[in-house]
Amino acid sequence: MKLIFEKSVQGRRGFRLPASDVNVKAEIPAKYLRVNDAQLPEVSELDAVRHYTHLSQKNFSIDTHFYPLGSCTMKYNPKFTEGLARVSSFMNLHPLLPQLEGGETLTQGALEVLYDLEQLMCAMTGFDAFTLQPLAGAHGELTGIMLMAAYHQSKGNKKKYIIIPDSAHGTNPASAAIAGYETISIPSDKNGNMDLAKLKEAITPEVAGLMMTVPSTLGLFENNIDEIAKLIHGVDGIMYYDGANLNAVLGRCRPGDIGFDVMHINTHKTFTTPHGGGGPGAGPVGVNKKLEKFLPISRVIRRSNGQFALSYDFPDSIGYIAPFYGNFGLLIRAYGYILMLGKQGLIDTTNHAVLNANYMKERLKPYYKLAYERICMHESVFSATLQADRGVHAIDLAKYLIDQGVHPPTVYFPLIVPEAIMIEPTESESKPVMDEFIDFMIQADQLSKDNPAVFKDFPKTMPISRPDEVKAARDIKTSFFHHS
Amino acid sequence: MNPYIANTPLEVQEMLKVIGVKSIDDLFVDIKHSLRPKSFDLPEGLSELEVVRRVVSMGLKNNIHLVPFVGGGFYDHFIPSAVDALISRGEFYTAYTPYQPECAQGTLQSLFEFQSSICTLTEMDVANASLYDGGTALYEAMMMAIRLTDRTKIIMDGGVSPIYRKILKTYTSHLHFEFIETPVIHGQASREDILKHLDDKTAAVIVQNPNFFGVIDDHSDIFDQVHKVGAMALSSVYPVALGLLKTPGAMGADIVTGEGQSMGLPLNFGGPYLGFMAARKKFIRKMPGRIVGETLDGQGRRAFVNTLQAREQHIRREKATSNICTNVSLCAVQSAIYMSMLGKEGLKELAQLNLQKAEFMRQELGKIPGVIVKRSSPTFNEFAVVLPKDASVVVGGMIKKGFAAGFPLGRYYPGMEKYLLVAVTEKRTKQEILDYIKALKDVL
Repeated sequence: MKLIFEKSVQGRRGFRLPASDVNVKAEIPAKYLRVNDAQLPEVSELDAVRHYTHLSQKNFSIDTHFYPLGSCTMKYNPKFTEGLARVSSFMNLHPLLPQLEGGETLTQGALEVLYDLEQLMCAMTGFDAFTLQPLAGAHGELTGIMLMAAYHQSKGNKKKYIIIPDSAHGTNPASAAIAGYETISIPSDKNGNMDLAKLKEAITPEVAGLMMTVPSTLGLFENNIDEIAKLIHGVDGIMYYDGANLNAVLGRCRPGDIGFDVMHINTHKTFTTPHGGGGPGAGPVGVNKKLEKFLPISRVIRRSNGQFALSYDFPDSIGYIAPFYGNFGLLIRAYGYILMLGKQGLIDTTNHAVLNANYMKERLKPYYKLAYERICMHESVFSATLQADRGVHAIDLAKYLIDQGVHPPTVYFPLIVPEAIMIEPTESESKPVMDEFIDFMIQADQLSKDNPAVFKDFPKTMPISRPDEVKAARDIKTSFFHHS
Repeated sequence: MNPYIANTPLEVQEMLKVIGVKSIDDLFVDIKHSLRPKSFDLPEGLSELEVVRRVVSMGLKNNIHLVPFVGGGFYDHFIPSAVDALISRGEFYTAYTPYQPECAQGTLQSLFEFQSSICTLTEMDVANASLYDGGTALYEAMMMAIRLTDRTKIIMDGGVSPIYRKILKTYTSHLHFEFIETPVIHGQASREDILKHLDDKTAAVIVQNPNFFGVIDDHSDIFDQVHKVGAMALSSVYPVALGLLKTPGAMGADIVTGEGQSMGLPLNFGGPYLGFMAARKKFIRKMPGRIVGETLDGQGRRAFVNTLQAREQHIRREKATSNICTNVSLCAVQSAIYMSMLGKEGLKELAQLNLQKAEFMRQELGKIPGVIVKRSSPTFNEFAVVLPKDASVVVGGMIKKGFAAGFPLGRYYPGMEKYLLVAVTEKRTKQEILDYIKALKDVL
């Protein structure tokens, strides 16, 4: 399909601006002006509408396809929260308004949404305070680690290392490294738990903390959480809960109750704010009393007269981590979703996510090697080694599924499982949808026995077949234009 | 059961039977009793109607009737309806990161077009597929310069947004960088102060155009000096202004970042926004974030993929160029659509209209006795005026008159309590400006 730039016709216009109603001469001296016009496309509104509508139709999405992408929680995104995000009294609110003299009174509704959401998140997670500022999960991680660093600094602790299990998302070690820590990776044992003996060896007074995803990226609930927390706290380390999989434990356990000091939540996972093709997200961070005073500013407070306000009066705060108060447009969606589900709805959500995942695991395990033979939480991880021995790898199975009209599960993650296939159906999907997917997987297994060679040509039904990624990285072309 | 759970009780029973357990509770055996919640004190659920009613009524507690003249890097621009209609398509907003390119060409091509628009706007070679916002993008650019030069001294012009400067400081406070902020007195970047600190230990010099005071500059001379000592030239820009202004590419910038909110995104009380980053081609392998590249499929057809992924955290883990995973893809697509509709001529007209309205406001303000409008440096659609009184008090008075009159600079620049930063976009009418002037005379 042509690029929008290739559809450009000189003189065509997409929308009309109002004519100027002020009759003044405004000129900028020539030395400050650009010489060449920016070559934005010249298309009509209809051209643009068709172009981007056609492009959208080249995507798989939750609205159009089953999307069991493990670790990403591609559950249904309710339409009403889209409406909430577009309520104009929120959508058109300038973020600097509450910073004007007396300006808080101008944004009471927005501040109340933030305050309420923080309270709800505290109740769900067992933490004492939240900041909604982090702009995505990884941003939340970085914020959490900076809080950890501030804690150690305040106590005069000399800390150097953060311990991370080898099943962790790549963002964990990356965030730790960016915050200035070295990472120690702990292998998983044969049951998918953290190897306790190896952990004990790694623990020294220089350990700043431990980052854990619970349930882990293997879809398993760590059996030794209490002992691990005790070990880390024994060296005054901080327990960090990566909330990527919080959707598996709502109402079943709360990070704040089980030994964790700080966590982040991915609203685009547990609270189903749309993924948007890769963002925007939001990554609220919760803490217990130990870390609360270090939270970023500003913080939303409620005055004794019931009025909401922004407070900057936290001398131990790590400071500003985002321009304003977080990705409000996402937070308001999460707020609406939590209000609608309520206590029982949230518990049901977790129950059915776990039920669906276990059902798929049981149905598929006669055909695919299950990485860990135990009850899973919201997702399960298979290892396509049986199929790989026949020459059909996880990526080939993924491409087969695309031709069946299903978005493939996550493949090759977690890195510790060879030929990993990670399946997360979510609570939104019904048994018939899962059964159909299971049938496709069984058929793929059969085909891997009968005719493994055909897989190399999949997918065949998409606008493109497999792209040449090596060429993309070698002959780098990332723009229609050439300025060099 | 809430409407987002599909299973019927019968299906639940069938599934439990397949799993071989009696109840859903049996699936949670790994969570020991001692780990169960101390409480789970949440309100009961509501219907859609009740939630919508509640949120809408909370919205009424926001004052949305003020005529806005507040900018500070975040502007009230017009967005044509088609933009929201297109990004409201479920195929865009309910998709995930395009890890499987064959079923994600829509997102990938849209992001490629976004990158292309950013490149032509800034006259830079390469752009990434977005970062969180303009502030964190500037932080990423600074870290990139530190990696590329293997130096840790940063010189930042005082005209860079104080909001961004605070973010950069937070992220680097524990990293032992040398951080120099040069003073600014509401004019162009102080060459003297920047060059005084510039040496062969400098990783980067960071400037902004227009700067926080709305002042336009040509940083070419600074960038020349920066390059002579092997440092990198970083510029944070306002994309609408680039409809008219000399581009960072033409000035010789190495890395350019900015806030894309002004290109098709609502103000949204602070986010989601759109950080963008563009750079010289030779630096692409050190760039953070996702980058979409063009290639061919097996049949020789044009195809788009996430490329150079070996830079990223999901491959490189602790050695990655950034920890960023989720960026703001949908905002980038939104902006790409907006820029496509705006077009080459529309962009110039938009910039000219902003310039002209602001100039009208400036002239009218200059007629008020006691109000000083400085003319020493050119500005775009935002500028500072000196009031005869404390600006924050004046703004408080103007709120009562129905205007968000501007941003008092004293909040971020001690000693500038009488300075007010006023933004005028294409949305403001002549009548609104004249009403503002009348109200201001009353308040003064």
